[in-house]
Amino acid sequence: MTQENFSARRENQAQPVETEQVQVNTTGTSAGVDDLLDEIDSVLESNAEEFVRGFIQKGGQ
Amino acid sequence: MSARRLVGLETEYGIIRPSMPKANSTVLSAQIVDGYAQLVRDSDSATRAARWDYADESPLNDARGHSVSREEAHPSQLTDSEPTLEAENQVWTAESIALDGNDARVGATLYQENDTTDVVMNMVLGNGARLYVDHAHPEYSGPEVTSPRDAVLWDQAGDQVMRRAAASAASLGSGELLLYKNNTDNKSVSYGSHENYLIPRDVEFSRLVDGLTAFFVTRQIFCGAGRVGRGMLGRGAEFQISQRADFFEAEVGLETTVNRPIINTRDEPHANWDKYRRLHVIIGDANLGQISTLLRVGTTNLVLSLIEAGMSPKLELADPVSALQQISHDPTLQASVALRGGRRMTAIEIQRSYLEAAETYCAQREVTDPDTTEILNRWRAILDTLEQDPMQAAGQVDWIAKYSLMKSFTERHNVGLDDPRIALMDLQWADLRLDKGLYYRIAARGLMETIFSQEEINAAVDNPPHDTRAYLRGMTLQRYAPYVVAANWDALSFSVPGARKINRFHMPEPLTGSRAQVGELFDAQLEINEFIDQLARHR
Repeated sequence: MTQENFSARRENQAQPVETEQVQVNTTGTSAGVDDLLDEIDSVLESNAEEFVRGFIQKGGQ
Repeated sequence: MSARRLVGLETEYGIIRPSMPKANSTVLSAQIVDGYAQLVRDSDSATRAARWDYADESPLNDARGHSVSREEAHPSQLTDSEPTLEAENQVWTAESIALDGNDARVGATLYQENDTTDVVMNMVLGNGARLYVDHAHPEYSGPEVTSPRDAVLWDQAGDQVMRRAAASAASLGSGELLLYKNNTDNKSVSYGSHENYLIPRDVEFSRLVDGLTAFFVTRQIFCGAGRVGRGMLGRGAEFQISQRADFFEAEVGLETTVNRPIINTRDEPHANWDKYRRLHVIIGDANLGQISTLLRVGTTNLVLSLIEAGMSPKLELADPVSALQQISHDPTLQASVALRGGRRMTAIEIQRSYLEAAETYCAQREVTDPDTTEILNRWRAILDTLEQDPMQAAGQVDWIAKYSLMKSFTERHNVGLDDPRIALMDLQWADLRLDKGLYYRIAARGLMETIFSQEEINAAVDNPPHDTRAYLRGMTLQRYAPYVVAANWDALSFSVPGARKINRFHMPEPLTGSRAQVGELFDAQLEINEFIDQLARHR
């Protein structure tokens, strides 16, 4: 679930409300990354080397 | 002068079909667009769409005042004709249409009843955006918006459109298609995410070049997307700030696919040519993070305003292309680059010069609108953080979030950045799947600041912005799609029962066609003929 610390509700396409000073969940940062690293093996594609090798694109702008 | 301006963002997405690694990427991209077309066809309400109209495209016009002939142009520069799936693919034949004035064929909409083998390569959406196959990538070009926040919202909507398109394509039998919001395959190829800014025609192009170069070279410190590897081939295992930096070779030029320039001169305003130019910015990285996108657009708007006012800092880099790469290659942000005359400045110092010029101007002229105030505050805050410790900006800046995750990974497993899983993380960072993309996995833990919820993003998939001609375009497609034979940025073409000619409505003023101007036409639930009559009175 995305944490919306600073969500300024869009009201009828109106101006954003005054934005409070930006601070994102800094206390939880390392814990959150640790948490993701705990599950990263299940998130990452298997066979890293082969998967990356297979990502071949044609040119773009 | 403000952080508000007419802006449109476009993204070419990376695409693969894992079960068929050699699949033709143009075919895969067409499956994405066709998948979305099917979704639209199956839905009753919003998300309507129509064919794209190429009549007003002129990609070979150069802002410096000349044109390249079609023969001289690189084939990839010919973006004004409909791409077709070549016969060699033997998969489909896509009808090629280049609509011109009243030549449009009736019945060429998505909504014809008879089943055809056409593959949709190009469509206009009910939120005012364009979805199409650009070279070998699916591309979403967002609707015109007027604020940095709206630019973020309809850019994020594009990611959602792509997710839905991929799911629909899979259900139609394309197999699983994976999409990536990145800019390189690390094997020599790069693809873009472009920004478009509307500028008065009377601002000389040379002033844009002088004022923007040092800004574009350095803004990557808060909007780079991060990359492991160096050079176009992605050799080595060193982290750098930008996906795109190593693919730039020129300071100014018309090309976008070869010899890429820091300042692109394509002069194709998609609006009244005498009044406007469209600055086509090709140097940015595609951002998944909302704050990186917000800062990229907001600060660029402010710098353009400084240039228009003649108040841009005079900072001339000795070698802009080399400076771009030096800065990208130094995630500590300590590198200094040479200015003409020998003085050296860091990227943070150069950005501060621009910020202070913008602050001075806004204070003098008492510019206090909320968008400008927000961008100035955020710009100063991010530079302060980057100066103290770049890693503290992991919650706002894409490259730092990615780098921070990789560093934690290497520390935990006691490996280096040359571990194959790091290269995979670099790629999978940009995977658009919410359960697989590492950006989304981090954001789901509340570690990335966001300004829009998924619900708001979903609403922007279906609805256009209210304050530009994208409103008229999107709403027309939502309500009258069966009668729209073609649409593009500055025109809508209608075919009405009983009328022999195509009725073409031009929109050369990007700010006309807003909800304030034409909303009542949609509120009135008019029949199509009545709608076109009333619309004509708004010309």
